[in-house]
Amino acid sequence: MIDMSPNLVLVGLIVVLVTAGVYLLLERSLSRVLIGVVLIGNGANLLFLVAGGAAGRPPIVGLELEREMADPLPQAMVLTAIVITLGMTAFLLAMAYRSWQLHRHDEVQDDVEDRRIARLAARDERAFEDDDTEESTTTLDEEAAETRDETDEGEPSPAAAGDHHRPTDDRGEGSR
Amino acid sequence: MTEYTWLVPLPVVVPLFGAGLALALYRRPRLQRIISVVALSIVLVVAATLLVLADDGPLVVDIGGWAAPVGIDLVADRLSALMLTVSAAVTLCVQLYSLAQGEADGDEAAPVSIYHPTYLILTAGVANAFLSGDLFNIYVGFEILLAASYVLLTLGGTGERIRAGSIYVVVALLSSLLFLIAIALTYAAAGTVNLAQLAERLPEIDPGVRLLLQVLLLLAFGIKAAIFPLSAWLPDSYPTAPAPVTAVFAGLLTKVGVYAIIRTQTLLFPEGRMDDVLMWAALATMVVGILGAVAQDDLKRLLSFTLVSHIGYMLFGIALASEAGWSASIYYVAHHIIVQTGLFLVAGLIERRGGSTSLDSLGGLAKLAPVLAILFFIPAMNLGGIPPLSGFLGKVGLLQAGVADGSWLALTLVVGGVATSLLTLYALIKAWNKAFWQTPPEPLPDATLPKGMVGSAAALVVLGLALTVGAGPLYGYAERAAGALADRSVYIQSVLPEGGRGSGESVDVAHGGDDA
Repeated sequence: MIDMSPNLVLVGLIVVLVTAGVYLLLERSLSRVLIGVVLIGNGANLLFLVAGGAAGRPPIVGLELEREMADPLPQAMVLTAIVITLGMTAFLLAMAYRSWQLHRHDEVQDDVEDRRIARLAARDERAFEDDDTEESTTTLDEEAAETRDETDEGEPSPAAAGDHHRPTDDRGEGSR
Repeated sequence: MTEYTWLVPLPVVVPLFGAGLALALYRRPRLQRIISVVALSIVLVVAATLLVLADDGPLVVDIGGWAAPVGIDLVADRLSALMLTVSAAVTLCVQLYSLAQGEADGDEAAPVSIYHPTYLILTAGVANAFLSGDLFNIYVGFEILLAASYVLLTLGGTGERIRAGSIYVVVALLSSLLFLIAIALTYAAAGTVNLAQLAERLPEIDPGVRLLLQVLLLLAFGIKAAIFPLSAWLPDSYPTAPAPVTAVFAGLLTKVGVYAIIRTQTLLFPEGRMDDVLMWAALATMVVGILGAVAQDDLKRLLSFTLVSHIGYMLFGIALASEAGWSASIYYVAHHIIVQTGLFLVAGLIERRGGSTSLDSLGGLAKLAPVLAILFFIPAMNLGGIPPLSGFLGKVGLLQAGVADGSWLALTLVVGGVATSLLTLYALIKAWNKAFWQTPPEPLPDATLPKGMVGSAAALVVLGLALTVGAGPLYGYAERAAGALADRSVYIQSVLPEGGRGSGESVDVAHGGDDA
């Protein structure tokens, strides 16, 4: 039976690494994010070591007793994970450097197009211009207000009535 | 059957080998092109052969002669083979498209020397993720394809691409870390990462731990598959890449995540304790995604949002946890890979012809480029689910499965699915009106479309139509694949035949004693 009780020191270390990593990951600067990723990655690697059970003798069949051997599989996986993390770190580092070359900072920027759409939504404007919107400069709300103005007690402002009376009327008949 | 198992590793090995060769020949662009096309063609042929062979039962290879639970195994069952074939067809079409683009623009326009090897590595990673019968090997496959995708997304290193790339890379790294932690915990709990052996052992471990593993894996794959609320990265990062890159990302990468969800949900966690959560996630993905699409006025961003939205359909089928739901999901994945990639390729053509993808500045393309109009219209209608196209068939399958399920949640999703389908149609018709019918605000620049680009985009559109014509056999295949998913013993038996070992080196060691 393999001893599967985890090493508390390792568990504590994993907690510290992942906590610090998550904190750094929430930053805007790419180099801090990078350090965060590295920390969490190392936390995950230690987790593999814990998952493999207690330490033991080298796992070479014939040299050691089988029950004293360490589990080699998680170590192989950690090795793969380390190599992959190294590659990704190098790429992220290159990207942060490129960002610094271009903008003199390495902060993650907002998507301009996304911000634009969000601003449109905040102002409650339409996302695009139509033939319909181009030919009359009034919105549907304004048109509705004007039509009501003529029948209700309120007086339409002379300028608005003069400019927009015709097109409003035309559209009204066309749709009927 | 066993004499053909040597075919199974080829979809991974051939592109990797081709990538190395293409990288070594970086001074010979013509040779590079030939190598990449030949490699991708071989993959397509092999995948199609596997598709036929896997119908008789899964093909299993124990890599390097190490027996299954200890060594790594590749499994080509019906689901894997179908995904592999569709992805091979799509990657080949996109590659031809980008070759024609390179031909038209001259080699200075793009750093081709790095493009071809990276593209081949991407293909190898996708194939590895599809074929792998081992959780850790799926992770490796993911990392291969992600590393390649980082390079492709930031190709040229312009300011906009670096901005988009940094979001994409960080989010992808986060999901990889989650996946890695999930694997470590799985190994701690079950002592194996082999999918077949996990399927045998997971029912024996504590239900709470099992739920934790399931949630962690779903989170990791959910980020990859762009399931709401883990989808916000996608519309931000995809549209900035070159058209062929966006097309292949949109078609394939999210579907690798969907495939991983199907595989783990059906094989490892068949009791389906997360199904209700997945249903809600599916509904939110569909509705939020398509509402995002409606708000956009850039064609590529609009398509990215429809991509997110339609992931919800596939998730819906998975969450139903019935054979009908799964088969509809599988058919829908195949349909969506082809149609979405086709649409993005056509968006690239539109950008080329009209000089922009902003729907504000496009217009009148129906008169200027009628072929382009047809090429956009067919997949757009297909995505919107107009009968008799394949999008309609997939959606009907999902709706039928949902109604057959009969719970109020499933029925809510049926309603949500129909509404999403209508909104998709609305968003695409809007795009159609703006790009093809309105009078352009300024006259469009004079540009011609290279025949090769139009041809390869047309090939994908025709392939999408072929899914409609061949819907009977394909849907039948998807149903058989779902049947195999439901009956897990087929998969487990073929990976671990009698004695619980694959064939290879460690078989005789196992006789000596215990299997830690």
